Order: sequence, then C-alpha cells, then structure tokens
Amino acid sequence: MTGCPFSGRAPEASEPATGPASAQAPLDPENGERPTAGARLSRRGLFGIAGLGGAAAGLAAGFLGHDAVAASAAPPAADSPVVPFHGDHQAGITAPAQDRLHMAAFDVTTTKREELIQLLKDWTRAAEALAEGRPAGATGAVDGPYGAPPEDTGEALDLNAGKLTLTFGFGAGLFEKDGVPRFGLDGRRPEALIDLPHFPGDDLDPARSGGDLVVQACADDPQVAVHAIRNLARIGFGKVRVRWSQLGFGRTSSTTRAQQTPRNLFGFKDGTNNLKVEDDQLLDQHVWATAGRPEDAWLAGGSYLVARRIRMHIETWDRTSLGEQEGLIGRTKGTGAPLSGGEEFTEPDFTRQGKGGKPLIPLDSHMRMAHPSQNSGVRMLRRGYNYTDGSDGVGHLDAGLFFIAFVTDPRSHYVPMQMAMAKGDTLAVEYLKHTGSGLFAVPGGVKPGGFIGDGLFA
Amino acid sequence: MPGFTLPKNARVPGTKIASLAAAVFAVPLILTGCTDNTKAPDTAGGAIDVVSSNSECKVSATSVPSGNLTFSVKNEGTEVTEFYLLAADGLRILGEVENIGPGLSRNLVVTAPAGTYTTACKPGMEGDGIRAALEVTPSGNQRPADADFQHLLDTATTQYASYVKDQGEQLLTGTEQFAAAFAAGDAATARGLYAATRQHWERIEPVAESFGDLDPQLDAREADLEPGQEWTGWHRAEKDLFPPAGYTALTAAERSAIADRMVADTKDLVERTRTLEISADMLGNGAKELLDEVATGKVTGEEEIWSHTDLWDFQANVDGARIAFENLKPALRQKDAALAASLDEKFAALQAELATHAQGAACTSYDKLTPEQVQRLASLVDALGEPLSRLTAAVVL
Repeated sequence: MTGCPFSGRAPEASEPATGPASAQAPLDPENGERPTAGARLSRRGLFGIAGLGGAAAGLAAGFLGHDAVAASAAPPAADSPVVPFHGDHQAGITAPAQDRLHMAAFDVTTTKREELIQLLKDWTRAAEALAEGRPAGATGAVDGPYGAPPEDTGEALDLNAGKLTLTFGFGAGLFEKDGVPRFGLDGRRPEALIDLPHFPGDDLDPARSGGDLVVQACADDPQVAVHAIRNLARIGFGKVRVRWSQLGFGRTSSTTRAQQTPRNLFGFKDGTNNLKVEDDQLLDQHVWATAGRPEDAWLAGGSYLVARRIRMHIETWDRTSLGEQEGLIGRTKGTGAPLSGGEEFTEPDFTRQGKGGKPLIPLDSHMRMAHPSQNSGVRMLRRGYNYTDGSDGVGHLDAGLFFIAFVTDPRSHYVPMQMAMAKGDTLAVEYLKHTGSGLFAVPGGVKPGGFIGDGLFA
Repeated sequence: MPGFTLPKNARVPGTKIASLAAAVFAVPLILTGCTDNTKAPDTAGGAIDVVSSNSECKVSATSVPSGNLTFSVKNEGTEVTEFYLLAADGLRILGEVENIGPGLSRNLVVTAPAGTYTTACKPGMEGDGIRAALEVTPSGNQRPADADFQHLLDTATTQYASYVKDQGEQLLTGTEQFAAAFAAGDAATARGLYAATRQHWERIEPVAESFGDLDPQLDAREADLEPGQEWTGWHRAEKDLFPPAGYTALTAAERSAIADRMVADTKDLVERTRTLEISADMLGNGAKELLDEVATGKVTGEEEIWSHTDLWDFQANVDGARIAFENLKPALRQKDAALAASLDEKFAALQAELATHAQGAACTSYDKLTPEQVQRLASLVDALGEPLSRLTAAVVL
C-alpha cells in the first residue's frame, strides 16, 4: 500500500467483477479505494487490476458516470474515506461534518441554456469521480498525452477521497437578472428563494455575496476540498466565473451524535443543539424543502443553503472577562453547560433565576436568542466553519465564522431568527459583523446517470 | 470644544479634588516595600476546592498561606448557589461568586492577608449560608491592609459619577443648541456643533448604552436599522447635514421632529444618569468598552460615514476611558503598580499620535487619513486596549 496514507488491504487481484452493469472494480469496503486501470496512476498510487477488460470498461464507466452502480453494490464502510455522491439528497448536508471547507460561488457568464446544462452535466461527472477519490477527466493528472495539459490539476494525487462531499445550489441570479428571466427559467424561481432583507448591522461586501451557483466542498483534508473547487472552476471557464470563495479551516458544528461538539473562535462549543442526522423526523420538518408548486418538483429532497460570512471581533472579545463571555453566550466555556446548570446536553432552563431575580441565562444571551423555544420552534441544520482570511489592514486577523445552514424555508427558518438576533443578541451587536451573504436553493440528490438539478431543466 | 486637549470636564468638584490629592500622597507610603509582591504566587497547594450541596459546604482546607487565594467552587446541589469569603466579623465581603447553577463550577480569586476569615456557601441564595472558619497564615505574601483601599475605590466612583453628570449636562446644552440650528435650517451652525457636541456622548458612551432604549433612538447608524424601523437621532441628522450624492433632504417639519426628539431623549438620558449607581467595576469595564468602540468602529471610520468626524469620537472615547482609569489609578497603584505605569505610558502614546491629527480645535477628517496613519492609530489602540482589559480584575478582585 505504498503511497496510501490510510491503512487497509489492497483489493485481491482475483476479486470478481460486479457484473455487466458496471465492469469497474468495486470500492474496497475498508478503505473506499478503487483499483484503477493498468498503467493509469490513481490518486493513491498504482494497484493491481482484475483484467484488461475491466480496465477498459473502468475508464469508460468513469467517463460515462455509471459509478454509482458500483458504489451501491459495495457501500463504503463507516470509516471509509468515501461519501457516496448519489442519493435522495445531495451529499454534504447530513454527512458527518468534515473538518475542512472550501465553498465557491459562481456567476454564470454564458447566456445559453444548453451550455449551462452541459456544465451541470460535466460538473456532475467530475463530482462523481472526485467524491470517490479519482481524478477529474478520463486521463487524470498524468495519464494523458504528453503533449497536452493534464485534465486533472494533480494536487490531490496520493491523497484519498478524504470524505469529500460536493453540494450544489442555485442562487436567485440563475433564474433572473434585473427582472429578466434567464435560461428559459421564467416562473421557475422558487418562492422561498427570496432576496434576503437587510439585517441590522449588516456590512455586506458585494464581492463576498450572492452568486448564481454555489458549490460547497467539504473534506477532512483541505487539499482535497480545494482541489475539487479548483477543478470544477476550471471545467467552468467560459461558462462561469468564480465570484467569491471561502476556506474554512475547522468545523463548528456536529451533524451526528457520534461527533464531539467543536468550538468556534470565541472558544465556546458551537452547535450543541444542532439538528443531527439521527433526527429523521426533524430533518423532514426543518431541513428538507417541500415542493409546494408542481414546477418545484426538482426541489424534492432538496433544501435551502444560507451562507453568511460573520467576522468576529476576536481581539476585543479576548479582552472580555470570562464571566461576561459566559453571560453573552449563555453557556459555560469549559463544558458548554447552560448557565442554568447541568452538562452540555442538559436542556436549558430559561426560567431559572439567580441573584436579584434575574434569569441565570441572560435575556440577551446568544443561546437564548437562538433557541427553538424563542423562535417558534424552528431548527436549522448548521454546518459552519471557522475561518481566517489574512488581516483586516489595521493589525487584526480577519477571522470569524463562515455560517452555513440548511433549512426547509429561509422565510420561516432563517429571516425571523436573524432579524431578532441582529437586534437583541448582545454578542451579535458587539462582537459580530456580517460581511458576506448568500442564499441558494439546493436541488435534491442526483440519481445515477442524472445530473445536478436535472429536474429543473426537464 | 477643543478636540485634542485634555477635556476640561475632567474637572471634579473641589472637595473631590482634595480627597484625590490626599489619596495620591498616601499611596507611595503604603506601597513602600510592597511593589515586589504585587504578583503574589498562588496558594502553594493550588486551588482550594469548595463543594456546595443543598446541605453542606465542604472546603478542602481550613488553613492556607496568605496571598492570592483561588477557590474552585463546584455546585453539587440542586439549587443555585453562591460562595462568599467574609472577614472575621462575618459581615464584610472580601469576595463572592454568584449564580452557580447546579452541576457548574466557578472560580473565586481573592487576595487575602493573614487573618481569620469565614467561608460561606449559600444554596438557594438565601439566609446566612453554611459557614466555616478559614485561617490564613502569614506567608510573606502580605498585602497592605485594605481599609484605605475601599476608600480609594469609593473616591473613584464618586469622581466618575461627577464626570458622567457633568458630561451629560454639557451634552444636553450642546444638543439643545444643535437641535435649534438644525430645525431652523441653519446647516452651517449645525454642522459646526455636530462633532463637538457628540463628544460629550462619546465620552460616556457605555453609560448611555446601558439604557437600551435610548441608545438606538439617539445613536443608531443607518446600517443598524431593521426594515421599517424609524430612524432618529444624531446620525439621522448627520446624513441630512452631510448629504451623500442623490440624497433627498428632509423637510423643515421632518427636521423639527428629529430635533425635538433628540432633545427629549437627551433630557431623559441625563435624568436617568442622575440616579445611576456606579461601582468600581463599571469604571474598569466602561474604559475597556470605550477602547473596544474605538477599535471596532472609530478606527475603521464606520461611525460617521457622512461627516467623517470619526476622530472626534475617537478622541472622546479615549478621554472617557482615561478619566475612568485616572479615577481608579490610586487604587490600581496599590494592587498593580506596574499595570498603572503601563497604562499611563500607553494612554500618553495614543494621545501623542492623536495630537498629530489636531487642526486647531478640530480633528482631521477621517477620509483624509492615509492607510498608514490609520494603522498606526489602530496599533496604539490595541497596545492600550490589551492592558486596559486587565484594569477591572486588578482593582475589583
């Protein structure tokens, strides 16, 4: 297994092919790696291969995008570095939150519907390959003609799939620009894909906001996430251009109960009360979009992605006493327990009073303001990341939280809460500044042979 | 109103000046031979564990060496609890931690000279609590007796209360003049009064902001508004006096309404500051908050986006922080003379840099500053802000 950073066995040379539906060798259930063709160098090194026929078909299958059949024939093991791309929902929403993020929003520059559709097909094929740890394009980074530039950019050679998920969304600008419908999508913009209102204190940079398309790349290895975005951007040249992109170096949410709650740059546990993948019914209620109109059927199994770049004034925060910090958050810094007592996952008691009859969890604390009980019961699936982007020019780190949430409808599940918090959450008023914003409709999952958002263009 | 000289309103009533002078003279005598001990090591055995339950208050030691004592208080009961360290008389409170919810832990750090003390847990926050004696033995980490210290703190808060009152009254006078000119359509006069009058607000901003309803009515920026919210106060007038391109001017009736509201709200503010109780930690925290304001709003030019009078606000925030510090300084010198000296030095460095942007009685317009000048100011603000954030803990612990 030279060149493979994960332990695991190499596929047996005698392993039978999975059948005519896909002649490609199945994923190794332990390490999620796929033996690749003959002399072709995979992202993780050279492997033996079942036979010449398999090799040729493997190339073809990769190119034609029939990989999912193989994937479903041999679902990856729990510790596999591969997260399946296909499914009822897009990957990267309920998948256990990976450690790193690279998100990019694109402006669509072409005006031709067929070029847009072709791009979405090309992106789908590339995403299928990247999610499995294979390079982009049929010949990858080093197996193409010597006289031609390689199809894959190469920086993820030798790395495994890193649990890469690629999640695609459509901004309002895909449907219309300046009131004029685009790409034959007249009347197709979902009602919930609103223009977000101005929230008090917003200081949005247009160059960090909006976008017609968005791609969220999450992986446990930052190089894998960046490689994915870079190759998708390259495939898009002439049809799209990058509008903004954002790296996140550490997750700030857990999406499964098995994950420990991570900390944000204020040093506090973040997302203790986040929706988790185990909460099936709650996901239906709060995360998955409902296709209200017949023309919104493409949103079935989809969601809405809210992205907010939230600068944190970490320098002044660090000069604040522990007592004040805990009061602003509503939880203890050490264990993350609510100030009403208990442990991290103890339900907060907002009525419990301390000295002078004042509530132990202050009225203006972040946790109280964000709690479902204060927000008509609405929940979000948060998937944010800590970021630092160099300096702000006056000697401070430009650092904060890149907030990402998936919700069933931003009109009920984001706007009212954010409006209340931008006014009443002292943490938000004193220590946060929203500098970027985006709202995207996330189509349902991609079926094998289909492409991203195909229902919208059917 | 000179923007870059020491504010005249730093003056305090004569009797207070006298008591301040007395305190300053007393300090060096008390400190003699003690300055090396200002960073007393923690109790030799580390933290003293306190476990508070509904019926018990277990303290892990009955005798500890003098110096900085750290009590690590864990609430193992079902009620909200508190922990106190009391003097031998069982009345005077040396330190307390409140509002410890069930299952939570919290530290109390207190400086205690040798003597006999009383510890008390108060599950349910009622009654005298569950008490026990604690002996603090001489360790060489002796502190001067702190009877004078409380007097210094009391003097500081009295002085600061006078300052707040004085600034509030000047703010009201200035606001009335400004409002009259603004309502009358005398834009030139109103523009001339705008920044100088706002300085009185900016000097006591943490106090003003503590009135959560008045602050947005008087000082909301356009970006702070939510859709549909009525916009009043200083920045509403600012936009009309320093209009951006394409702006539609207010009518005379609209100006009058804004002006009347500003005067009424300011009267309300001044009235409320008269009965405000001021404690020493409010001075320390207020000074820190003023520097925070500078660091996140003024140094970036986000406060006065049309008038570009940010440096006036900047100077006023620094004035207010320095007054709070100066008032606390005699007490701080007893506890941490090095911090007092460091703050003196850093206030002076920032003031010297600000002075280079004075143009007579006015301040340079923010949009005339070069990026290098902004960076220099910002770095001096950070250099001051970091030690200033330790002021409260240094005098209140």
